[in-house]
Amino acid sequence: MSAAIEVVDLAVSYGDVRAVDGVNLEVAEGEFVGVLGPNGAGKTTLLELVEGLRRPDAGTVRVLGEPVWPRNPRLLPRIGVQLQASSFFERLTTREQIHTFASLYGVAPARGDEWLERVGLVDKADTRVEGLSGGQAQRLSIACALVHDPELVFLDEPTAALDPQARRNLWDLLAGINDSGRTVVLTTHYMDEAEVLCDRVAVMDAGRVLRMDTPAALVRGLDAPARITVAPGQLRLDEARGLPGVADAVESLDGVVLVTRDPARVVARLAAEDRLDGVRVQTATLEDVFLDLTGREYRA
Amino acid sequence: MTGLAPFRALSLAIVRGFLRDRASVFFSMVFPLMFLVLFGGLLGSQGQSEVDLVRVGEVALLDEMDADARAAFDDTFEVTRSDDLASAIAEVRRGDADVAIEMRGDTLVAHYTQTDQVKAAVTQGALRAFVDGTNVAQSGEPPRFALETERVEDESLDTIQFVTPGLLGWAVAMSAAFGAAATLQGWRQTKLLRRLQLAPVSTRTVVAARVAVTLGIALVQMAIFLGLGAAAFGLTLSGSWWAAVPLVVVGTLCFMAIGLLAGALARTTEGAVNAANIVVLPMAFLSGSFFDLSAAPGWLQAVSNVLPLKHLNEGMLDVMVRGEGPAAVLVPMAILAAFAVVVTLAAARIFRWETA
Repeated sequence: MSAAIEVVDLAVSYGDVRAVDGVNLEVAEGEFVGVLGPNGAGKTTLLELVEGLRRPDAGTVRVLGEPVWPRNPRLLPRIGVQLQASSFFERLTTREQIHTFASLYGVAPARGDEWLERVGLVDKADTRVEGLSGGQAQRLSIACALVHDPELVFLDEPTAALDPQARRNLWDLLAGINDSGRTVVLTTHYMDEAEVLCDRVAVMDAGRVLRMDTPAALVRGLDAPARITVAPGQLRLDEARGLPGVADAVESLDGVVLVTRDPARVVARLAAEDRLDGVRVQTATLEDVFLDLTGREYRA
Repeated sequence: MTGLAPFRALSLAIVRGFLRDRASVFFSMVFPLMFLVLFGGLLGSQGQSEVDLVRVGEVALLDEMDADARAAFDDTFEVTRSDDLASAIAEVRRGDADVAIEMRGDTLVAHYTQTDQVKAAVTQGALRAFVDGTNVAQSGEPPRFALETERVEDESLDTIQFVTPGLLGWAVAMSAAFGAAATLQGWRQTKLLRRLQLAPVSTRTVVAARVAVTLGIALVQMAIFLGLGAAAFGLTLSGSWWAAVPLVVVGTLCFMAIGLLAGALARTTEGAVNAANIVVLPMAFLSGSFFDLSAAPGWLQAVSNVLPLKHLNEGMLDVMVRGEGPAAVLVPMAILAAFAVVVTLAAARIFRWETA
């Protein structure tokens, strides 16, 4: 597998702020990669550097084997971009919008119509973009990014400011877009999103990539204890503390919470005593990884 | 990678965006036309008002006039009869009439008011001419000298003739500046500019599409103005009016540049449109778009000469109604082109891709 993106020692500053501060990154072809970080972590700036919109102060970026700066017309038809804002032509309908983008890329309008169908906007085809909901606008903007069937797409916070339903709705769409071997780079500040969609995740804060790995490896690397919640009345606190494998137990509104590094053994014991009613097991998530890495409050 | 298809797609997108924006269409098309209707309709139909004349007692002079002279007299004066000189003079003093005339023997005595100096002069001159004319006629000799007057402007130079080019200049300036300012700001704010930068279209194609649409709008404005002026208000164009077309094209580019500068300076679309307004509206007043500047003080005329709109207006007046040859637009075009280049360079210098 050759690299779709190679970033070496990349840095850029705005005045005193080091927006991107010595980033190294490699994305393989066909990979779905997430860049995860709080607002202001430098995700968008990193993406803009990789897309070739900004001149880096230092370092190099190669995309699909080509340099991205200065503006590289050979590269542009091979990549698709969705920017953070809804970048649409004012007062055009959904169909006119995607047809315009199709023309800019020299693609037949019919391809635009296919994409409208794929993102579920056929019944909104004659609605002006100003009349679309947040989720519909994002779907249209993704369709516009993909209308020319690029090898690599960049999606900058596609689910920001969407309600939970619209977010999950969009995940189904996003999960399918690298089926055909397309490489996808997505920024988000939602942990669950990165966990569900991405092959690998780069955790970013203050302009640096703190760690990059698969979500599972990141969570494993954290080595955090699991938390098992037992419904109220099932277990007394002193009983709970006496169970083998339990490191600590605390009482909460939901019942007794057991903290353990050996959840399998504890659950087996609870099962043997027939105390499994309402049991909930929570292992560490990407969010825990993130908080551990940044050492700060999560500022989504 | 300049292709015809991207150019057409972008132009179409801009045209649609413009036509669907009621405020833009109103301010660039309907609003200036309202002024044209106002000036052309109201002021044009007013014409020269007649002089109210009170005829006291018998006035032999009027009765002895021949038919031609009588007709001319009736065109100038609105005659009422009275038998009481004192009340007729009181009427003139109150301003209800402009002049009262009586005969004292063979002398025509006119009691006039100086309130309206122009009317007073017209009254005295006209009455003197009628007296002289009647004297000549009575002498039986054919008159040896004749007078024929010809105005230096085109003979049909009514209000509409003066007003149409000026208002058209204002309309073109406004829509070119607003269109450029609002597009630049709007596209920058939604990051559409960035998005287009990442599409395989050259900046040249994007600029060309915007320029083409603005020029198209300007030429449509011109067609509507001249068509409506000619059809409804009796506008007659002089021979080389077509030379105004290239002039309007260069003028449009000049005001697009001013709009670009406003758009590059402002941080919001509203701010950009306001900035364009602050430049264009006072300029329209100072460039004679709404009224003739020839009576304005010298310093004001000096100021107006540094404004590009003044040169657009003057050039259009020259070829459209003053009957000058096509060469009259060359200097204004050169001035407008120079403005366009300088202002575009300034806008390019301060341009930023984003409003951050």
